[in-house]
Amino acid sequence: MPVHLPDTVDAAVAALAADSAAVVLAGGTDLMVEINEGHRRPDATVVVVNRIPELRSWRRDPAAATVTIGAAVSYRELETGPLAQLLPALAEAARTVGSPQIRNAGTLGGNLGTCSPAGDGLPVLAALDATVELASATRRRTVPVGEFMRGVKRTALEPGEMIVSITVPLVDGWQGYAKVGVRNAMVIAVASACVVLDRRRRHAAIALGSVGPTILRCPRAEQHLAATIDWSNFHVESDDLVTVGELVSGESQPISDHRSTAEYRRHAVGVLARRLVRRASSTELAA
Amino acid sequence: MTHDSDHYALDVNGERREVTDSWLGESLLDVLRDRLGLMGTKGACEQGECGSCSVLLDGVLVCSCLVMAASAVGQPVVTIEGVAPVGSPSDVQQAFVEAGAVQCGFCTPGLIMAVHDLLERSAAPTETEIREELAGNVCRCTGYGRILDAVQQVAVARRGSVS
Repeated sequence: MPVHLPDTVDAAVAALAADSAAVVLAGGTDLMVEINEGHRRPDATVVVVNRIPELRSWRRDPAAATVTIGAAVSYRELETGPLAQLLPALAEAARTVGSPQIRNAGTLGGNLGTCSPAGDGLPVLAALDATVELASATRRRTVPVGEFMRGVKRTALEPGEMIVSITVPLVDGWQGYAKVGVRNAMVIAVASACVVLDRRRRHAAIALGSVGPTILRCPRAEQHLAATIDWSNFHVESDDLVTVGELVSGESQPISDHRSTAEYRRHAVGVLARRLVRRASSTELAA
Repeated sequence: MTHDSDHYALDVNGERREVTDSWLGESLLDVLRDRLGLMGTKGACEQGECGSCSVLLDGVLVCSCLVMAASAVGQPVVTIEGVAPVGSPSDVQQAFVEAGAVQCGFCTPGLIMAVHDLLERSAAPTETEIREELAGNVCRCTGYGRILDAVQQVAVARRGSVS
């Protein structure tokens, strides 16, 4: 069976177009687990995308105030260096993924392609209103990340399409990510949250992971936070912070499963959101 | 570049190794052990949780159970067999012996790979840094204390030999 190691997106999508059963392989940290456990057996073309320079690189567009990250950029690259300074919440999320071995292999595009509700990078992309660039043999298109993520492991990817890059707006303000798991290392999120405070637009964004079929935004909590926060120092009066936490819990849609209960998850995302907002104001005080 | 999953060559420990009759989707771990006879790399969880199958792929520490072997064509692979010749252990291997960081030994090859990788990137790691960097290598015997000791011994010895 053919294994393609293309070095351009054009060559990759041509290989995908030639075989409707073709499988895209990036870091392998999700796909290979499915294969090793016998849940999936590739019997056709494999298209390995993590050696395509366009997918392995990132660039900053100062005019648009965005960063465009190639789909095969690893968590390790997001965790440190200039990308971590530009997108600190994404760096925090990346640092909580698996182990160094997993972060060396796993990619941001793979996180999106798998589209698990617990994907650590995804609440950050949702809170920052990122967009996803997709390519097929016939066209390229861009979709908002909120439309790309359709449900549990369901995305807007069409047959023959692959993820090329993710474009993330740079925000003047504060951003942070926090998650709850059963221990510190090597853990899947039981509940997670990302808070973004955009000082220029006076806009607050809160996105939640592991408490719904996919990543959820919290429009009511966001509105209350934006209306009550002191935009000069991110201070929120304690009553309002309690309300934000309650609204976040109310906007979550958790289920009980082998990792946790719906009740715990609903409580936890409220705590995480409050904690992140407090962290924003204490960071501001220290600065 | 395109090749057939039934027949390809890998660069393992500096040697070109032919792989034949591999099934599409077979992991690098299985190819190393079952087809190339390199038994030093251990397999346990097959889902990237235990780190016992750690190798360097293109200079990067990864779990070989999560690498599709046919995707590794053209990228150098270094396994525990490639770290040092038999009979003359590396400084990390020697430190593991001296510190008593080995009990049953099953996790040891993966840990040796991870410690070499860690010390290449960080010459004077703190205990927190060592714990975080080795978080993907599970050991069920030692309780990790002597493994941490071994890493510090090598770090101190290497700094001493530089100055």
